[in-house]
Amino acid sequence: MQKPKKDLLGLKDLSEEQITNILETAKTMKYIMSQKNKKTGHLVGKSIVTLFYENSTRTRISFEAAAKYMSAFTSSVSVGTSSVSKGENLIDTAKTIDAMGTDAIIIRHSMSGAPHLIAANVKACVINAGDGMNEHPTQALLDIFTIKEKKGTIKGLKVAIVGDIAHSRVARSNIWGLTKLGAEVSVGGPATLIPPDISKMGVKAYNSVQEAILDADVVMGLRIQTERQKSGLFPSVSEYARFFGIDEKRLTLAKPDVLLLHPGPVNRGIELSTSVVDGEKSVINEQVTNGVAIRMAVLYLYTRESDD
Amino acid sequence: MMRILIKNGRVIDPANGIDGILDIYIENETIEEVGSNLDYSGADIEQIDASGKIVAPGLVDMHCHLREPGQEYKEDIETGTQSAAMGGFTSVACMPNTDPVVDNITVVEYIKSKAASSACVNVFPIGAITKGLKGEELAEIGKLKFAGVVGISDDGRPVRSPVLMRNALEYAKTFDTPVISHCEVAELAEGSMNEGYVSTLLGLKGISRAAEEIMVARDIILAKYTGASLHIAHVSTKGSVELIRQAKKEGVNVTCETCPHYFSLTENAVMGYNTNAKMNPPLRTEADVEAIIEGLSDDTIDAIATDHAPHHEDEKNCEFDRALNGIVGFETALSLGIEYLVKTKKLTIERLINKMSYAPARILGINKGTLSEGKNADIVIIDENKQRIIDKNSFYSKSKNTPYHGYKLSGTVEYTIVGGKFAVREGILI
Repeated sequence: MQKPKKDLLGLKDLSEEQITNILETAKTMKYIMSQKNKKTGHLVGKSIVTLFYENSTRTRISFEAAAKYMSAFTSSVSVGTSSVSKGENLIDTAKTIDAMGTDAIIIRHSMSGAPHLIAANVKACVINAGDGMNEHPTQALLDIFTIKEKKGTIKGLKVAIVGDIAHSRVARSNIWGLTKLGAEVSVGGPATLIPPDISKMGVKAYNSVQEAILDADVVMGLRIQTERQKSGLFPSVSEYARFFGIDEKRLTLAKPDVLLLHPGPVNRGIELSTSVVDGEKSVINEQVTNGVAIRMAVLYLYTRESDD
Repeated sequence: MMRILIKNGRVIDPANGIDGILDIYIENETIEEVGSNLDYSGADIEQIDASGKIVAPGLVDMHCHLREPGQEYKEDIETGTQSAAMGGFTSVACMPNTDPVVDNITVVEYIKSKAASSACVNVFPIGAITKGLKGEELAEIGKLKFAGVVGISDDGRPVRSPVLMRNALEYAKTFDTPVISHCEVAELAEGSMNEGYVSTLLGLKGISRAAEEIMVARDIILAKYTGASLHIAHVSTKGSVELIRQAKKEGVNVTCETCPHYFSLTENAVMGYNTNAKMNPPLRTEADVEAIIEGLSDDTIDAIATDHAPHHEDEKNCEFDRALNGIVGFETALSLGIEYLVKTKKLTIERLINKMSYAPARILGINKGTLSEGKNADIVIIDENKQRIIDKNSFYSKSKNTPYHGYKLSGTVEYTIVGGKFAVREGILI
């Protein structure tokens, strides 16, 4: 197996083999999670810090649960409760955390590339928990894990990602990961939310959701941020839902055994109708469970590597 | 009395159409004679053997930031002009976005007095178009002109209001001063790099070429209607080159400049979130680079300026979105011109020198950029073929924000003579 890098900054940098290794390890972690006693000793004596410059509930709790199941010490730093609000710069904050003997720093930041900047300045392993519009690698890994668990393979699957592709780190990480594993990826959404030259990343881009999801094995909805409407990228939430939302009728364009994913939190009735969120094709809750397993695998593999 | 005799160099003086092996004799601050086999003798004459070298008018940079007053932690007039001299420049025009802004006589006088005491090259201040660069009311353009500014610009910010820009162009005509426009529609430029494949890959907000081109078009149209003289700063896109080419054909009184980074780098330099490749306008694509070179080659683009924009390490070693725009340019500009334009046969060395000396001097209306007898002895001696590896730590600028660290480039500055005095001698700053 290829030795992983010190940091997990994005799926752009990972090989197919490295991705597969994380997915395989996550299977074991998911088994551990299914036990009555979830405590394992994989991270005994390790110190893990979550450094969040953006609000998040699920990702942060998911990482913390993963670390705690494996017996790590965890602490969390967030904007407003730290010297960040006193104007300390990112590198200094990260170096301070590093100097306390931290093994892994899990960072979320509103600016693309912030984890890369930290990674270059600390000894600890840096795990990207979402940076700006760039990547959210553990989200994509849990999405891919969920798909693979249900479909057996990724190769040859048609995966449609629908919504605000331009501002989505989830979309970018999924595009990198899914295409590396051999899926056929299409993206769909209004032209204002499809970034320029996206097709050069090896995906098909559509401005019609219907075309994007036609015959898809997997449909992934993305959260639409209401501030995009204020900045004039689409005229109204109801118009968005009318043309780009996914409801049961639209979902029939996909394959009959289609899986419906969403990274959450869902705007019910906007990007997804309530009936599809709660419907039989939805695997949204399983994604959350798998998220913990993936993060256990990532923390184990990346902090283990820093031992030798 | 200072007497210098430069022997056997290839003298290139675009203003006078001179390109030949000649000697130049300098007495005090003045070029006394340019000719073959000049015979001056005397123990006090410093002889420079320039054989195999190019002897040219000292370079003129019509667009730089010296950061004084107000941001001396980035650069000051002393270090900025030392950096300029090392790059072969003998005259530099500094932009008014200092603190305070060059929108009143006091700041002009301050810069002039600091230059008189600490600068090793000639410093020509550029004044603001609007008070405080705020884009609300015209600065006192007439008073600024009489205090010594050589042009007006709100560089770094566009003049948003078309009414104000029209008035600026017309009013500046009264005082015969060029208006240098930073062309950008601010609302379309709320990003941190060029909009395209690389911005998609990196998840960075892009700035479309339209942001620049719409403003270039607006200002050309305003220049056409007012008959005023418009100079467009740091042209970076193919579309801008085409608009300016067309305007020149129609006889609009428009000139423009580009910078070395727009003919030597593309947006790919940003990969890895390299903040030393962040500038405004942003680095564009291969097609734009080709168009810029084409524009230089057919004289659509009149001049090459550095846009020398020093920033402190902490302002670059940070999140890409937060990093400030700009790179230092004095100490790499000439070599980049030689490497990317002359060695590639897009421009002759004579034309490169013209675009870096006489052409910008003419646009600013300053009496520089030629080797005519009787003129100030502002001279650069260049070894066109000598290669060097760019080392940012060797820069005389206080700031080291360059994307060219480690580049191997041709062309070194052997001597920079300013008003008959050595600023650089045998490659070493005096």
